[in-house]
Amino acid sequence: METLNLLSDPVYAKDSVDAVIHAANRFKEKYGRKAVLMEVCGSHTMAIAKSGIKTRLKDDVQLIAGPGCPVCVTDQESIDSMIQLSQESNRILCTFGDMMRVPGSKFSLMQAKTEGKDIRVVYSPLDTLKIAEQNPDKEVIFLGIGFETTIPILALTIQEAMTKRIKNFSIWMTTKLVEPVLRNLLESGQVKVDGFILPGQVSVVLGKNRFLYLAKDYKIPGVISGFEPVQLLRGIYRLLNLLIDEKAEIINDYTYAVKDEGNQIAQNLINDYLMPNDEGWRGIGIIPESGLDLKEQYARFDAKKKFNITIQKPKMTKCRCGEIIRGLISPEDCSLFNKGCSPINPIGPCMVSAEGTCAAHYQYMREE
Amino acid sequence: MCLGVPAKVIRIEAEKALVDVMGSRMYVGIVFVPEVEINDFVLLHAGQAMTIIDEVYAKESIEEWRRVLDGNFKSTI
Repeated sequence: METLNLLSDPVYAKDSVDAVIHAANRFKEKYGRKAVLMEVCGSHTMAIAKSGIKTRLKDDVQLIAGPGCPVCVTDQESIDSMIQLSQESNRILCTFGDMMRVPGSKFSLMQAKTEGKDIRVVYSPLDTLKIAEQNPDKEVIFLGIGFETTIPILALTIQEAMTKRIKNFSIWMTTKLVEPVLRNLLESGQVKVDGFILPGQVSVVLGKNRFLYLAKDYKIPGVISGFEPVQLLRGIYRLLNLLIDEKAEIINDYTYAVKDEGNQIAQNLINDYLMPNDEGWRGIGIIPESGLDLKEQYARFDAKKKFNITIQKPKMTKCRCGEIIRGLISPEDCSLFNKGCSPINPIGPCMVSAEGTCAAHYQYMREE
Repeated sequence: MCLGVPAKVIRIEAEKALVDVMGSRMYVGIVFVPEVEINDFVLLHAGQAMTIIDEVYAKESIEEWRRVLDGNFKSTI
C-alpha cells in the first residue's frame, strides 16, 4: 500500500496545494469571486479541517460543509424518542459511539447510562444480535442512524436476525439518503454552491452513476473523492477545472474504491428489506422519501412499531446546527460556539459528532 | 463514521475474513465483497468490508496527478 501512503505525503500535498491555488486563481480571474464548493460528507469535513486544507485555502476557495454527518442531521424529535426508548428496564439499547453524548431535550444517552440504563456502544449493528441471543429476556434495540454507507449493513443485520430466528431484536430506523437532501438544498435556493465534493464511502455503495442527476438536472459538477489530503486536494483541483471549463460533469476520482455502478450486493440488500419513507432532517423538516424504513413484512424488527414512544415537542434552543448542516452559516456565526457549546459541554450534535462541522472547527480551526 | 481505513485480508472463512488494520487483527464480514482474496486490501465500515481497493487504479491515479504537478498544473486531469 505504498501507493496509498503517498496520498498523505506532506511534500506531495504541498505541490497539490500549489496546483489548487493556481486553479482557484484562474476561477477568480474568470468569475470575479471565489468558488464555493460543498463537501457533502462529514468525514470529508473533518479531514479537510484536520489536514489544514480549509485554513490553507481560505483565501482561495470557499469550502462549506454539507448535510453529510448522520448524527448532525438527525432531528431533535428523533433523538428525544431514542433517549425515551432507553427508559424501560427490560431493554438494552445499542448504538454507535457518536450518539452517546448527543443532547436530547432533557438529557443524553450517556446520562441515561450513568443512571443505570443498559445502553451499549457497538462497532457493528451485527454485534447487537449476539447481545440479543445472550439476553433472551430483554428487548435489544439498535439505533439505526446512517446514510447509504451504513444502510446495507442494517439490512444485512435484519437478514441475519431472520436466519437466526431472533425475536427480541429490533432497529429504530432513522436513516438518511443523500440525493433527496441535495435536491432539497439546491431547490431551496438558500445556499449557492458551484460544485460538490461527493462522499467517497456513500459512493462505494451507490456508484458514480447515481450522482449524474446533479449535472443533468442542476448543471452542477461534482467529484467523488477519497479522504487523504492529496486526494482531497486533487478532488478540489478537478472540480475547479470543471468549473473553469464550464463542464457540468461528475468525475469519479476515487476509482480504486468506487465503481460506476456501485456495490450491487449492497443495493440489492437495501431493496430487499427497506422501502422509502418521509424522513425528518434537523433544521430542514420532513423531506419526502429521504430515508428508508423496514418493509411491512419485516415490521416485527421495527422498533417504532414494536414500542409505543411518545415525546413532547422539543423546545427551540439557540443552537444553530440546523443552519450549519445546510451550509448557511459557519460554526463561528453561532452565538453558542466556544461559549456555551464546546466538545466538553456540547449543546448540539454538530459539536458532538466525530464528523460534526462545529467539532471540526473547534478542534482544528479555532482562533484564540 | 464513514472514514475508510485499508485493511489487509489475512484469512478467509466463509462470510468472514481475518484482516490486519494497521497492526491490529480482527474479523470482518465479506458479504459485500465475495470476490475478495487473501492479500487483497479492503475498506471497512461498521465491521464489514465494503470494497476491495484496486491497486492498479490507485497507481494510475497517482501517476496521472504526478504528471500534472510536474508539468506545473498546465494540463487538466
